[in-house]
Amino acid sequence: MTNAEQEAKALLELGHSVVERATSAGADVAEAGMHSGSHLSAKVRMGKPELVEEAGSRALGLRVMVGNRVASTYTSDLSEAGKRTLIEDALELARLSESDAFAGPPDPSELSSPAQWHDLDAFDEAVSGISADEALERALQGERAAFEFDPRVSNSEGASFTRARGVSALVTSGGFVGSDYGTYASMVVNPVADDEGGKKRSGYHWTAARHYADLEESQAVGEEAARRTIAQLGAKKLPTQELPVVFDKDAARSILGLFASCILGGSIWRKSSYLVDRVGSRVASDLVDVVDDPLLARAPGSRAFDGEGLLSRRNTVVESGILKSYLLDTYSARKLGLKSTGSAARSPSGGVSPSSSNLILKASTQSRDELVADTRHGLYVTGMMGFGFNAVTGDFSRGASGFLIQDGALSHPVSEVTISLNLDQLLQRIDAVANDLDHRTAIASPTFRVSSMTLAGS
Amino acid sequence: MTARYHAPFAEQGSHSIDADIANRLLRIALRKGGDYADLFFEYSVSGSYVYDEQILKSARRAVSMGLGVRVMKGDATGYAYCEDFSFDAMKQAAETAAQIAAGGRPLAPLDVSMREIPDRYPVPAESLDVEGEAKKVMLERADRAARASDSRVVRVDASFAESMREILIANSLGHMARDRQPLIRFGVRVIAEDGGNRQSGSSGGGGRVGLDYFDTKTPEAHAEQAVQQALIMLDAREAPAGEMDVVLGPGDSGILLHEAVGHGLEADFNRKKTSNYSDRVGEAVASELCTVVDDASLHGSRGSINVDDEGQLPTRAVLIEQGVLNGYMQDRHSADFFGTSPDGHGRRQSFRSHPMPRMTNTMLLEGSDAPDDIIRSVKRGVYAKKFGGGQVDISNGDFVFSLTEGYLIEDGKVTAPLKGVNLIGNGPDAMRKVVMLGHDFEVSDGIWTCGKEGQSVPVGVGCPTIKIAALTVGGTQTAGG
Repeated sequence: MTNAEQEAKALLELGHSVVERATSAGADVAEAGMHSGSHLSAKVRMGKPELVEEAGSRALGLRVMVGNRVASTYTSDLSEAGKRTLIEDALELARLSESDAFAGPPDPSELSSPAQWHDLDAFDEAVSGISADEALERALQGERAAFEFDPRVSNSEGASFTRARGVSALVTSGGFVGSDYGTYASMVVNPVADDEGGKKRSGYHWTAARHYADLEESQAVGEEAARRTIAQLGAKKLPTQELPVVFDKDAARSILGLFASCILGGSIWRKSSYLVDRVGSRVASDLVDVVDDPLLARAPGSRAFDGEGLLSRRNTVVESGILKSYLLDTYSARKLGLKSTGSAARSPSGGVSPSSSNLILKASTQSRDELVADTRHGLYVTGMMGFGFNAVTGDFSRGASGFLIQDGALSHPVSEVTISLNLDQLLQRIDAVANDLDHRTAIASPTFRVSSMTLAGS
Repeated sequence: MTARYHAPFAEQGSHSIDADIANRLLRIALRKGGDYADLFFEYSVSGSYVYDEQILKSARRAVSMGLGVRVMKGDATGYAYCEDFSFDAMKQAAETAAQIAAGGRPLAPLDVSMREIPDRYPVPAESLDVEGEAKKVMLERADRAARASDSRVVRVDASFAESMREILIANSLGHMARDRQPLIRFGVRVIAEDGGNRQSGSSGGGGRVGLDYFDTKTPEAHAEQAVQQALIMLDAREAPAGEMDVVLGPGDSGILLHEAVGHGLEADFNRKKTSNYSDRVGEAVASELCTVVDDASLHGSRGSINVDDEGQLPTRAVLIEQGVLNGYMQDRHSADFFGTSPDGHGRRQSFRSHPMPRMTNTMLLEGSDAPDDIIRSVKRGVYAKKFGGGQVDISNGDFVFSLTEGYLIEDGKVTAPLKGVNLIGNGPDAMRKVVMLGHDFEVSDGIWTCGKEGQSVPVGVGCPTIKIAALTVGGTQTAGG
């Protein structure tokens, strides 16, 4: 048995005992989610170690129901006294809560079992073996590469390397027993360059993977970080105007993330989304296909079963611009008179709500360069700032930085402007999608172009 | 004290930590040659209640506890933590953190002794000790008031969050301090519908206070504000786009100051020379109307602290005085670098994270203009009343803020409500363009949480009515508005 398997077994034993104690104390439903993990993080700055942090942790989240009354509790105090408080508080709070006709665990027939689970290849023993010295060395290499790439890189916010491993387990009184484990390693380099007028420009690039061998080389990460930092030098405002906007894949992912928050069952029954009552209608241009796929091997958002124990499945969210489905857990499905899509996520603190897994806007065939070459005049967005999004109305307005596109090529850098357009219209105005999708993040999109947006500047 | 929740490391706790144990752990931490070490014991209990669809739908509580050990050698930090207070676990954390200085000569810490600290947030009863029923009543009252106030209100949810954070800090300079930090936050959110138009509104507040908070600001008052905001937004029109005069309302607008100026004055960025305020002490960085302070001592405010998370005693730091940069906000590490004393700005999210220079209550002091005169002086511009949040790029001071409630100003009068307004600009540039300041200073009700490098801490903000000549307003109406 590997260390991770032993840890999973210990967490399941803890879960069984807490579920049993909670039910004998009066809970009709008890669900215990356990997490344990360890991490090492190393940060360097200006060629010297700045921080080495190493620790492990273990915690338990409990959700109970007394009739249809729900409460949840969490503790990192796993002493006998800590567990007693956890269970007593949960029952006391459940009795204070009021009966909610839609509350309740999934039907036992919906629960998945180990034979059905896919192997998602999320664990790599090599990640756990990375020493503090090795982590520092990788970070140093990355920072050095940024300084050597261009003499205009004059300062640094540092470079960090982090490795983590985690084990989680779920035991429910409804009969579900499951555990899962995974590893994760990441590195980021953050150079700084001096710009005109005493301004500084800070940029970054990062790599992350579940397997050590899948990480980008430190050298390449440092060079790309320097390239991005230098490219912003001399950035200026543009005059206020309407123009086509190309979102590079980082900015496009951020737009897709806003959409993701509006398709979750909780936002729909709360009427906190502009997509209420829109299934079956057009929500994006016909170039847009969006899937939520928890079954991608080695991807960051993959999971074999959901937070309630249902089997994970691939959900088509948008097909040729038509909204096909929301993402639902058991509760939001009941509220909406639908079936769960296996999209429940259980937070460490015990609460359950729907979430996306790997939400992906599908790639098309043309390259990013071809897409830019096809744009006569426009804004190429690489970064956005601020929180200007209203999920209820879809109104979107955020700070943007990037480059002016002139005659099909990137020209001077741009900053201190905002771009605005209601998200509903923004997605329907997508008139080109590129092929540069990667699975570094759980929400992922290729570069795309929106035919026209309002830019506010000077 | 009869509080229900007690830290195991408290004097009567199951794992009581005294000066002797602290000294032993600090000696282990410095055994490899570190030149400074601190221990941060934390026991934090938080709870929340959500009232939704006219029932108390969920109730939660969480207990989190542990010890963080930090060892410093020059600019390098070693950090480790453990989640139980057995001596073996604590010793192992100290040994792990000590490794950063491997190869150095052991240094003996000064023996610790307990510090007297101020009492800035006494509460008659900690919220967690008050029965849940009392909080449920506050939520019901808000729900009922919001529903009764207008037929266009289609949804109401109200929430109450409470926490108590007990900390014990000991460091190798010989300081030891204990504190209990209570915090509550109440919030109401409504959705109003009229025809096909749907808008949301919200209101919230709180601080380091008990349920007596509701004596001064009732659940009904919050409900009323949330409903008004949603109804106003039903009539809102598209915002103009382009540069124009902007007037910031008192209180809440302090968040703009926090982001646009405050972060750049945190000493770590200036030690690393990555802030646009680096090497500029003594220079004019704002209009001479502006005096900016960070004050940890406000009674019961969300950002107030009696002692920082490194054992230092914070007071009131003057950051900018009549436009001239006076100094930065220091933690111990940065203070060493600048050859000054730490001024109590070392804060951390929890025992799992190392401290950094952070703000407490950041405020722009008032001027002498009448608020009405300020509005009257604007031919065409935007009046910013409530903020949804903002972000700044520390390296150059560029910021973006979104408004949740804003209005057009036309010919010296506040007129139509606007939707989707963003303000974009540059911190130092905007501060130089402050041309009028009201005499109506207010501290914002306690709702703000500040994020930095993945760590969140509660903060306070405050300011009077402020007029900024020409900021970029990011709306959708390009021609004439």
